[in-house]
Amino acid sequence: MMRTGLRKSSARIAHGTVLIVFTVLLAFPFYWMLIATFKQNLDLYTVENNPFILNAKPTLDHLRLLFNETRYVRWLGNTALVGVIVVSITLLLAIPAAYALTRLTGRWGQRLGIGIFLTYLVPPTLLFIPLSRVVALLGLQDTIWSVVLVYPSFTIPFSIWLLMAFFKSIPRELEDAAMVDGLTRFGAFVKMVIPISTSGILTVVIFTFTLVTQEFVYALTFISPESQQMVGVGIPIFLVRGDVYFWSSLMAACLIASLPIAFLYNLFLDRFIAGFTVGAIK
Amino acid sequence: MAVVETRHLTKIFKQGELGAVNNVNLKTREGEFLVFLGPSGSGKTTLLRMIAGLEVPTAGEILIGGQVVNHLAPRERRIAMVFQSYALYPHLSVYKNIAFPLKAQKVKKELHKEKVEWAASLLGISALLQRKPRELSGGERQRVALARAIVREPSVFLLDEPLSNLDAKLRLSAREELERFHRRIGTTTIYVTHDQVEAMAMGDRIVVLNNGVVHHFGTPKEVYDEPADTFVATFLGSPPMNLIENDNVIVGFRPEHFRLSETLDEAKVNFKFRVENVEYLGAEYILSGSLLGGRFEGKEVIARLLLGHTYEAGATYDFAVPERHLKFFDRSTEKRVEARALTWQ
Amino acid sequence: MAIAGPKIRSIGAAQSPLLGAAMFSPAVLYLVLVIGAPFALAVFYAFSDARIGSTGLHFVGLENFRSILQSPSFRMALKNSVVFTVCAQIIVVVCSGALSIALEKPFRGRGLVRFLILLPWVAPVSLGSIGWKWILDSIYSVITWVLIWLHIYKPYSAPMWLGEPHLAMASVILVHCWRLIPFSTVVMLAGRTAIPKEIPEAAAIDGAGFWRTLFQINLPMMLPIINVAVLFGTIFTFTDMTVVYILTAGGPFDSTQTLPSLAFATGIQGSDLAAGAAISLFLVPVLVLIAYLMLRMAHRAEVV
Repeated sequence: MMRTGLRKSSARIAHGTVLIVFTVLLAFPFYWMLIATFKQNLDLYTVENNPFILNAKPTLDHLRLLFNETRYVRWLGNTALVGVIVVSITLLLAIPAAYALTRLTGRWGQRLGIGIFLTYLVPPTLLFIPLSRVVALLGLQDTIWSVVLVYPSFTIPFSIWLLMAFFKSIPRELEDAAMVDGLTRFGAFVKMVIPISTSGILTVVIFTFTLVTQEFVYALTFISPESQQMVGVGIPIFLVRGDVYFWSSLMAACLIASLPIAFLYNLFLDRFIAGFTVGAIK
Repeated sequence: MAVVETRHLTKIFKQGELGAVNNVNLKTREGEFLVFLGPSGSGKTTLLRMIAGLEVPTAGEILIGGQVVNHLAPRERRIAMVFQSYALYPHLSVYKNIAFPLKAQKVKKELHKEKVEWAASLLGISALLQRKPRELSGGERQRVALARAIVREPSVFLLDEPLSNLDAKLRLSAREELERFHRRIGTTTIYVTHDQVEAMAMGDRIVVLNNGVVHHFGTPKEVYDEPADTFVATFLGSPPMNLIENDNVIVGFRPEHFRLSETLDEAKVNFKFRVENVEYLGAEYILSGSLLGGRFEGKEVIARLLLGHTYEAGATYDFAVPERHLKFFDRSTEKRVEARALTWQ
Repeated sequence: MAIAGPKIRSIGAAQSPLLGAAMFSPAVLYLVLVIGAPFALAVFYAFSDARIGSTGLHFVGLENFRSILQSPSFRMALKNSVVFTVCAQIIVVVCSGALSIALEKPFRGRGLVRFLILLPWVAPVSLGSIGWKWILDSIYSVITWVLIWLHIYKPYSAPMWLGEPHLAMASVILVHCWRLIPFSTVVMLAGRTAIPKEIPEAAAIDGAGFWRTLFQINLPMMLPIINVAVLFGTIFTFTDMTVVYILTAGGPFDSTQTLPSLAFATGIQGSDLAAGAAISLFLVPVLVLIAYLMLRMAHRAEVV
């Protein structure tokens, strides 16, 4: 009895230790951003001070600098605009495609679906060189339209994949019933399948939006003017003046841009993971 | 109201494979309750779905009300269908579910309320109109599905195993309700089931299907008493018909016709029956065992007997079958043939 | 993954290939134009002498590949890419395995812990990397401060985390791990919850202890899901340039250069499109291999 009791409590300690250590390690950079945001410069740059706490009164100077003297707000706006447009394009192309591949085209539709999913694996770092020329040829260089053109190339494949799984879970009889009740094949899709699929579509919206905000390579390659930047590139590239880093403003910018995205993403994460796990889980 | 007819109707899903439905010819009568009965995979649902327009036939014609409808979409066939899962639209209230066919068929908006209320009152669900499908019991769901089906007054009703998702007790009352409903509406109805009791109880006529082929098309009495072949003979009836081979024919007799020899005073065939297992079912006995002696030694048969005598496992009895209850089937084609004289010893 | 039950093998009228083609072709066409065509262009560039700003373009055969293979920075980048990917995957699998076990049973505050643990994955990677750049700063690094406080180093003699080749590599690997562990953890968590509860319970009744259950029951059953995590993780690290670009930009002395970052430095910053395209084509064999492995897995799931 003693031994199992001892075992149990040591298991619990191990369990707790693993959790605490990992949580601290993984979340630490964000704590670090938070505390840097409000630190006075003197405090921040005094090596002798304990860096984990505020050694002087918190200050809002860095936030003021960020919002008033940089293009941060503009970048946020650009990102949001690109996000909305890319989400619309993705929905417009991915929803019908996913539906067609699950319901209208039989077995080879499934195969094509897997093929499309594989294009999600094609990384930006493979295509950014030729795409930079394509973007230049189309006259889209240095505008947000360059990334609007290219981002759907990774949002559409994964969205199709997620939606296919979602459509598969809708009972076929519902569509049959709708057709017997007076809708066309396409009408059953628009008036029956889409309204039932709102939660799946919402997942795609959030997913696409977060992917857009996370992208770095294309935005870095296609866009150089400061005013046209996306937030993910603007912060690390343009908040660095010469070699001087405005660390506090930089950290504030990271934190403010990260948290809402992280929060949204987190809400829908289980669905994305279900998409990643392909067929490994039955 | 209309008559449904199929001519040489065939459906082949995969080239080179046996058809799911093969050359089916049948014709309903006006206002008839027709049942498609068969085991799973027999093609009965495919047949129904072709009539509905949800599957495209590989060959053959479908006629509704005398018109070929092959080229018409489901919505243009003036049919209503009730699905196995009822297929109630989960995001719509009961009212909107029932109104859905009206909306989809572009019936004038002013008429919706009146028609929905008519259908709802017919099925006694007027109080449920504001609920969502997930808040309904199984029986209520069936009624909503039926209301949705009748609301636009279709010429044909198609029902695909609508009772199979209900528990046994509910199934009985839902069945009675369906029968009442059909009597009141009088619309031609095609009903798909794998349950022979449902088929016998509800059908004006029954189409017995297996492997996509019609084995028998007749009234419940015909199908049960005069089965067209051994498949029909064994598929209907519980326990199924006993079959024994004799010369170049197969002879069948129903368990309820296999009785103590002394109780039968008519032309009969006698057997020695060794009882191996006795099941007491309250109103009757089911005896299973084997025949003894002669050329049928060891052949397993079942008898179904009313109470009144006691039987013991392990004992041997003198049993017999009245000659008029013997059914004869050709040994190679398994089709029904004329009764003939045989030697039984 | 098989969908249709035994009753209706195919979908018949519910299936209408023409409408289907009309509905999926816009997406497929778009993907062909924005993924297929640029890929072909990349291959074309790799065999030419294309440069930004020059109009003439000649076919040069394998010239680009020859000069790339001879360049020491390419060899370094190739080696680094492999080292980064392999090290990161090993660390990630071990850590996320442990973490997924710890997260499996419900406990109070699990939602919050999960959110915190997931932050590195769900926050934009470029911004997370900036956070690390500050943590690993040459003067104000918090790690240095702790080491000095523990008297392991004397002030002003502490290591420059991003300034010395081996430390810089370790730092880049660390940040990759930091970013991937959350992803791997949730994937594995999904895999673990798919293991029927009865099996570990049966093992417990049969007298298996924690380690035996782990190694003989849980790990073998989790293998498919670990594969998924590793395959995606490999792609995410092998093709990534964001972390490297922000932390070190490949330095010091190319010691952290990877294939993608070298392609960027050569093709975009150095205007040599041809060489850049040729370098990035070296990602393709790995991608093909992973795609093949995933297809096999998907196929197996379809057959089962």
